[in-house]
Amino acid sequence: MDEILDGLTQIDCDILIIGGGTAGPMAALKAKRKNPEANVVLLDKANVKRSGAISMGMDGLNNSVIPGYATPEQYTKEITIANDGICDQAAVMRYAEECYGIIQELDSFGIRFQKDQNGEYDVKKVHHIGTYVLPMPNGDTVKKALYRQLRKSRINIINRFMATRLLTGEGRVAGAICVNTRSAEFLVVRAKAVIMGLGAAGRLGLPTSGYLYGTYENASNSGEGYAMAYHAGAGLANLECYQINPLIKDYNGPACAYVAGPMGGYTANAQGERFIECDYWSGQMMQEFYDELQGGKGPVYLKLNHLAEETVAEIERVLHIVERPTRGHFHKGRGTDYRKQMIEMHISEIGFCSGHSASGVFVDEHARTTIPGLYAAGDMANVPHNYMLGAFTNGAFAGLDAVDFMADVDHASFDMGDVDAERTRVMAPTKRDDGIPPNQIEYKTRRLVNDYLQPPKVTAKMELAQQRFDEVREDMEQGMFVRDAHELMRALEASTILDCAEMAASASMYRTESRWGLYHNRVEYERDDENWFCHTILTKGDDGKPAHKKQDVKPYIVEIAEDEKDAYAHQRVGASSVAAE
Amino acid sequence: MPLAQTATTVPVVVNDDLCIADKGCTVCVDVCPLDVLRIVEKEDGKKTAYMKYDECWYCMPCEADCPTDAVTVNLPYLLK
Repeated sequence: MDEILDGLTQIDCDILIIGGGTAGPMAALKAKRKNPEANVVLLDKANVKRSGAISMGMDGLNNSVIPGYATPEQYTKEITIANDGICDQAAVMRYAEECYGIIQELDSFGIRFQKDQNGEYDVKKVHHIGTYVLPMPNGDTVKKALYRQLRKSRINIINRFMATRLLTGEGRVAGAICVNTRSAEFLVVRAKAVIMGLGAAGRLGLPTSGYLYGTYENASNSGEGYAMAYHAGAGLANLECYQINPLIKDYNGPACAYVAGPMGGYTANAQGERFIECDYWSGQMMQEFYDELQGGKGPVYLKLNHLAEETVAEIERVLHIVERPTRGHFHKGRGTDYRKQMIEMHISEIGFCSGHSASGVFVDEHARTTIPGLYAAGDMANVPHNYMLGAFTNGAFAGLDAVDFMADVDHASFDMGDVDAERTRVMAPTKRDDGIPPNQIEYKTRRLVNDYLQPPKVTAKMELAQQRFDEVREDMEQGMFVRDAHELMRALEASTILDCAEMAASASMYRTESRWGLYHNRVEYERDDENWFCHTILTKGDDGKPAHKKQDVKPYIVEIAEDEKDAYAHQRVGASSVAAE
Repeated sequence: MPLAQTATTVPVVVNDDLCIADKGCTVCVDVCPLDVLRIVEKEDGKKTAYMKYDECWYCMPCEADCPTDAVTVNLPYLLK
């Protein structure tokens, strides 16, 4: 295993789905059920059984819109406000209308959701305004349940192949070039439609621990979706709206407000005082978190030590079993106990992830990107705050629409020269006798991201970042060296991470205002609704560098009243507020 | 430009006595999202799984899915 073989095979399918985490499997199931004749291929660089952000499971649905608790209009309004108004509401509204059906479908797969004594869904309030959080008592079974459905539906699964570039021709998508992560053999997949569900760019910033893989996101989510969309010519929206999260320091897992909050836990400063009104993750909340860390009242803590024993035990049962089960090991190793002391928190490294923020490959309410036949869903697509249920639901939209698209077209022709050029690019690090290993290229890129891109954003620092990224790119293209196929996968990831870092810097330079709290806090600029109440769309320019344009926010479907617009702007607990307990 | 051989402790530990790689089992290698585990032949000729690449997200499918409870996921030293 891992020996470099360098062969080339070509296969054809109707719909290629890249990424077998959350959105991908649902897209595959929906497409296959709508057209059982369709040849649907689900491809992953890991193994679909345990790939993606929900590898081990998920502790709850953070954004369920359940009749009786919330309405689609309410939810659309809340997400629009939480996202500082920059939101095409149609995609959020469609999600909100149809996610309940997806919950029922997941239920039928054997994934249970918490119900009260009357058999009603036991939905909790975490957001600033509405009630949307639904716990999943057996959330550790999600991937297994999905996998069973994939087998039952006879989806063709290809594991351990990493897509590196999309193929286009005739003005639409034509397929993808993939490479085996254990043999470096190439696979060209021709497809009438391609659905991308490749997750977040989670290996963009460097965690403060210095461990490259100690990221908040699953470290296999290294941003290939963003890079492939960029090189294929698709538009990416609002990449300056970074993802930054409040996490358990060093462990770098969620604290987790959505589990502990409804049971009485909260984020506190060193004096044990609550300082933010609402623990729901937003840029404004993260700005307050940052201010507290920088001010004299830090560090910031997760406070549970005021809760009753049975409450703490229940929180432990969820947090230490489902989403990140090594968390129990971590606290044991540190000798920390929720009952006895507050747990130190910190601010995460930056990333791209619409699951919690709003940036990503631009899509509409059908999950269509700006390239015909190419779809994106989940953390890499720009539907704001869509979490796991958003990945499932938007993945479903992509699968359903792709079936209609493929019915009317044949495979698009493409230039074999593109395949040859990509093979040359990919294999270059295997052709040298020595050089710089990918982990050093990656470490340097990510350290520069922390030094120069982590907000608050300063223009001169971002310009330095751009210069340094150019130098690293030169080193990477001329001198990166790998010894086996596994290292080649890391080399391709290093290249993707550098692409994402360049896009992050360039997008942040373009929007000359501050917005989304800490996510795009440009210290030299105030918020500017007159000039910047718009999306920014990044594409690959003719010079091979990012190009930018403004794009209007589509007229709202749900109006936001003047006095509601700032609901997320005032997160700090006021002098008159009483610490909630 | 020669490469250094810098040592590093790894978080995933496999108990050789319990590991059934010799019987053809590759479950932990198959499920790892970061593909960091491999099978190696020991001095006594028997096979065992081990962590070859120090690139771990301490996510635990290897430990959870191992049929003989041979795998333990510790926290990487840098962050534990």
